[in-house]
Amino acid sequence: MNLILFIFIVLLGFTSYYFGRKKAYTIQSTNKRLTALPQFYGYYLAIWCAIPAFIIYSLWAIFEPTIVKLLILSDYANQGYLDDELNLIYEKTKALSRGQFTGEVTSFIQTSSEKYLNLRSIAQSSKVVIVLCIIIASVAYAYKRISSNNRTREPVEKFFKAVLFTASLAAILTTVGIVFSLIFQTVDFFKVIPLFDFVFGTHWYPAKAFVRDSSEALDPSMYSDTFGAVPIFAGTFFIAFIAMCVAIPIGLMSGIYLAEYASYKVRQYAKPLIEILAGIPTVVYGFFAALTVGPFLKDIGTAMGLEVSAESALAAGGVMGIMIIPFISSLSDDVITSVPQSLRDGSYAMGATKSETIKKVIFPAALPGIVGSILLGVSRAIGETMIVVMASGLAANLTLNPLESTSTITAQIVVILIGDQAFGDPKTQAAFALGMTLFLVTLSLNIFALRVVKKYREKYE
Amino acid sequence: MNKNKEKLLNSRYRTEKRFQFYGKSAIFLALLFLTIFIFKIFSTGYTAFQKTWLIVPVTFDAETMYLDENPSKEDLEDADYFDLALQTMFDLDKSASEKQQNDLKKMVSYFFEREIKRELLNDPSLIGKTKDVYLTASDDLDQVFKGNYPRDLPEDQRRVTDYQLKIFDQLVEQGRVESKFNLSFFTYPDSREAELAGIASSFMGSIFSILVCLVIAFPVAVLAAIYLEEFAPKNRFTDFIEVNINNLAAVPSIVFGLLGLGILLAVFQLPRSTPLVGGITLSLMTLPTIIIACRASLKAVPPSIREAALAMGASRMQTTMHHTVPLSMPGTLSGTIIGLAQALGETAPLILIGMVAFVNTIPGSPLDPAASLPVQIYIWAESAERGFVEKVSACIMVLLGFLILMNLFAQIIRHKFEKKWS
Repeated sequence: MNLILFIFIVLLGFTSYYFGRKKAYTIQSTNKRLTALPQFYGYYLAIWCAIPAFIIYSLWAIFEPTIVKLLILSDYANQGYLDDELNLIYEKTKALSRGQFTGEVTSFIQTSSEKYLNLRSIAQSSKVVIVLCIIIASVAYAYKRISSNNRTREPVEKFFKAVLFTASLAAILTTVGIVFSLIFQTVDFFKVIPLFDFVFGTHWYPAKAFVRDSSEALDPSMYSDTFGAVPIFAGTFFIAFIAMCVAIPIGLMSGIYLAEYASYKVRQYAKPLIEILAGIPTVVYGFFAALTVGPFLKDIGTAMGLEVSAESALAAGGVMGIMIIPFISSLSDDVITSVPQSLRDGSYAMGATKSETIKKVIFPAALPGIVGSILLGVSRAIGETMIVVMASGLAANLTLNPLESTSTITAQIVVILIGDQAFGDPKTQAAFALGMTLFLVTLSLNIFALRVVKKYREKYE
Repeated sequence: MNKNKEKLLNSRYRTEKRFQFYGKSAIFLALLFLTIFIFKIFSTGYTAFQKTWLIVPVTFDAETMYLDENPSKEDLEDADYFDLALQTMFDLDKSASEKQQNDLKKMVSYFFEREIKRELLNDPSLIGKTKDVYLTASDDLDQVFKGNYPRDLPEDQRRVTDYQLKIFDQLVEQGRVESKFNLSFFTYPDSREAELAGIASSFMGSIFSILVCLVIAFPVAVLAAIYLEEFAPKNRFTDFIEVNINNLAAVPSIVFGLLGLGILLAVFQLPRSTPLVGGITLSLMTLPTIIIACRASLKAVPPSIREAALAMGASRMQTTMHHTVPLSMPGTLSGTIIGLAQALGETAPLILIGMVAFVNTIPGSPLDPAASLPVQIYIWAESAERGFVEKVSACIMVLLGFLILMNLFAQIIRHKFEKKWS
């Protein structure tokens, strides 16, 4: 029913476009000058037809359930029911009217369910009638206003501009959505777990926080020594550090080589090939790390008499480093290429070799940009999830031994939230608190890095 | 004095050579990783495209199926094939003990009943006759036949018993084991049994998610980019939007998963585990990518085009919609495809919104629970069974194939349709 009405409104919109344009042509044929092209009269009429109807339609969709609920529950007012009980009655009523109710049907619920169906059908038909009336009224108004001396292009363009502006708010809405989805759960989490315990505690065993009923859930003593995030923070930075140990030398050197030494042909092939590494999905890297690199390191370790866990921080960090190489190489390549030629020429004129020029002139000049690219790489490494989940184990050990398994913020979020979640449980909230931490850390890294890169660009452009 | 100078010069040249060598080896290392990586995936994965079949003679005995004489089509449809199927397997070794009979049964997949049924339904005249029927081998035997399974392990450490191997070798000798193209890998949904698991369900899940993502992200992103590039006044609010877009592009994907969980599932009560929610989450993620690509290609349209249109009396809106935007479309489209390719490979946010649930039906709409290709890779990679390893690699090959296709397509659009302004 709703879908039919929706399609109907859209179709009416199209038809009114043709009528508006037709009227404009008729005016034109009487040798009067129009103030806009005929299609603007079409758009004008179509907008007047569809937009008020859609507004009413969506308002109806938002408010109908609430009003119906109020009307149904007004029968139960002043009978001393609690809010929860009223909600339950309403749910039962809805279920019964849909024929999905199982259990004992009381006469109360029977009557309210009939009333519910009745109200719904009244609401449906009055919605159709009202929407149609609105369409007729607004189209009639707009149709009458179409004349040779009425402007239509300005309002139509203003409307389009408003649509464009609304679309550009999507980015802000997403950010707001992220903050909202994180903040409530995080605040609830810190109501139970003190911030101090979270930031400085050294034991992370969310599996221990298994509560049987809601009276236990709010008892802080249940969670002592459960949500200390130090091991995960340490693990996150440790794995990111290992990744950067792989990515910075290789990425930076290949960036320098591509920018300064490589011939056009080498550059043409090598650059896209390296960038393939950035396009491979991270779950594929995770599989590679878990299936190939982990056991390989374990074999080497055993041959050298070392104890290596099959799921080691080294395997995850190393593979993550490979993933980050192209980010660093591409960005530093760009940065180095944009260093002005005059600096190079000056250095060569003083008799410096190419590598001396790079090391002593170009590198210092490009340093801010390179630092920015490295910071972006670090933020990538901190936010990377699948490689760690698949290759580095899930137990949060507080260790600095790269051969043992450690866990990261992202991996813990996945561990906690995989499967069914109960909102309101400190364990679930802990995942959101971790998400908040992750968001804030990567956000500040990004803002800082982008600012550094931008400053650097302005310097030479 | 001169000698010293020469020495110094030589050492400087050596440093130069060394530095160049470092650069070359860095590129070599990066490419080496890429090669090892691709080689490893292909070498473990290509066998998954073959499937091992046991060719077993089945005697369609009406009595074992509890059928009357001259059964109708419905009778055949409803008949009990289990005993017949069991009997067929037991007949491979008439002297088998009870335990060995159990082993015999486990040599084929649990679809054996269905495979025999299909054979008879295709040709009802087979009743009372004997015919060779292709039965899917169990995944352990499949691995043995492909040579992925070490046979020299002690018996208690492998999943195939000596007895099963003996019978299997007999069958191989008789030419009753065959390897054929594994069509069911593409047409079957996920399964707990490696020999029956396919990518159809996750593939459809991916397609639906990407479609939802495209339908939402593309129009919003293009409209936003047009506003920011062509109409937005230079003020603090516009700057704020821009900062937001740049930061969203670098927010870790798992945070978008939390957004999907905390807002789409908890507040809007959208159905869990569905491509609809997955697609919306992914669209929020791809939005900045498309906006940035679209703005770049709008920026690349030379101002002379705009000036010419304005000089002819077109309004700002007409100039933009009739001239600038169509000219920027190739760049926008290729940016969109690259953004979608990224979304196609995304795993973590989909796990959080529940798309890891075990789904053994092929979804028919974005509102049915589904997995997606990368999530399927994760699910299979976490399974202990050996048969899944090659499946994971094969699934990765399919996924990478799609990513390569999409990127190629983006390149083609860019090179074929983009105008070069000089």
